Amino acid sequence: MIEFRLAARSNVPPYLQLVEQVRQALRMGLLEAGDQLPTVRDVAESIAINPNTVLKAYRELEHEDLVEGRPGLGTFVIRSLAGPSLASHAKLRRDLLSWLQRAKDAGLDHEDIVALLETTLRSFTSEGAA
Amino acid sequence: MTLALEAIGLGKRYGRTWGLRDCSLSIPPGHVAALVGPNGAGKTTLLKLAVGLLRPSAGAIRTFGETPRDDPSALARIGFVGQDTPLYADFTVAELLTMGEKLNPRWDQAGAKDRLGRLAIPLDRKTGRLSGGQRAQVALTLALAKQPELLVLDEPVASLDPLARKDFLAALMGSVAERGLTVILSSHLIADLEHRCDYLIVLSESRVQALGQVDELLSRHWILVGPRRDDERVAGVDVVVQVSHTDRQTTMLVRSDAAITDPSWTVHAVGLEELVLAYLAEPSAGMLPGPRPTEGQR
Repeated sequence: MIEFRLAARSNVPPYLQLVEQVRQALRMGLLEAGDQLPTVRDVAESIAINPNTVLKAYRELEHEDLVEGRPGLGTFVIRSLAGPSLASHAKLRRDLLSWLQRAKDAGLDHEDIVALLETTLRSFTSEGAA
Repeated sequence: MTLALEAIGLGKRYGRTWGLRDCSLSIPPGHVAALVGPNGAGKTTLLKLAVGLLRPSAGAIRTFGETPRDDPSALARIGFVGQDTPLYADFTVAELLTMGEKLNPRWDQAGAKDRLGRLAIPLDRKTGRLSGGQRAQVALTLALAKQPELLVLDEPVASLDPLARKDFLAALMGSVAERGLTVILSSHLIADLEHRCDYLIVLSESRVQALGQVDELLSRHWILVGPRRDDERVAGVDVVVQVSHTDRQTTMLVRSDAAITDPSWTVHAVGLEELVLAYLAEPSAGMLPGPRPTEGQR
């Protein structure tokens, strides 16, 4: 079971935040096919959010064929997003950490690093290298 | 579709002054509706009219198509928690539960006791000796035990500390999920309403300034930032709700159904709090033409 949270100041609509957290958990292998998502009631109560928002998020996930609602039972994961790449995450993460350390040593602060990552990722993607 | 709440030309006069005048609005069932407005806008009057505690001086108010003041069966479908969650201070929680059971035909005693048990509220304590947060939870439990279809809450969290507020709203959202209630709640604490309410009523000087589903309202309002200009007409904009200038810059909160294409403006999305505050600050500007037809809406 996973636990949701809501960013207090975010431009991302709350239902999309929930959708994104499920996708993230699926990518990271925290949720697998057959796992149950928390009930709408539990989510509504635990993070004090309108249940219609939770329903909307679950409908979106159903629409993406990631989960399915089973009447009277709950909502279940039917497909994982963890690709074969999951195994290489740990090494990539280590590489990234050492890169972050070098960036910090070179005097880049948090915002500099985010800006550099974003611009590099953008040009990398637009060159079709992805 | 029967509306959970509908007011048509509703007015209430206290002596010579009107507490609420010419108010028309509607709330479809299944929503958690926020009622916001400055002090004296008529929020409490509207809520008391909705639950039959006041009789209209003009117009009509209906809950699920019935008139609450005249119709006991309509009242049985409504739960109400008044401002500052009033309870009889000398009664214990258990005594209030017994009273509720004897007075209400559809009373869910087991559910109420279960709920209070989970909140660890002692049944043998006089309500006057409970904390503010506990009193609010007891008041909510009593209102829910009636098994209402419409729950009306007047400033339920105003006097609570932030943690008790969050707990109260969490319990409320859980109950909405469980029972599919329609809720209308008034509050000054707009940040608390964000993510909880999906329907918004901005009431100002008795009039409904903005009304509708929150995500729809937010998607129709924009903040425009651009070089200063004194001409407030912008192509594609229906209504300018609020405008401010510096010597170089103009900032506007506008309502528009279409995208703003004028390249001289930087366009930002609007948050609930920004939207509400803009309407409250400009009671005369940006008045919506009134409730839109609700047929076909959910």
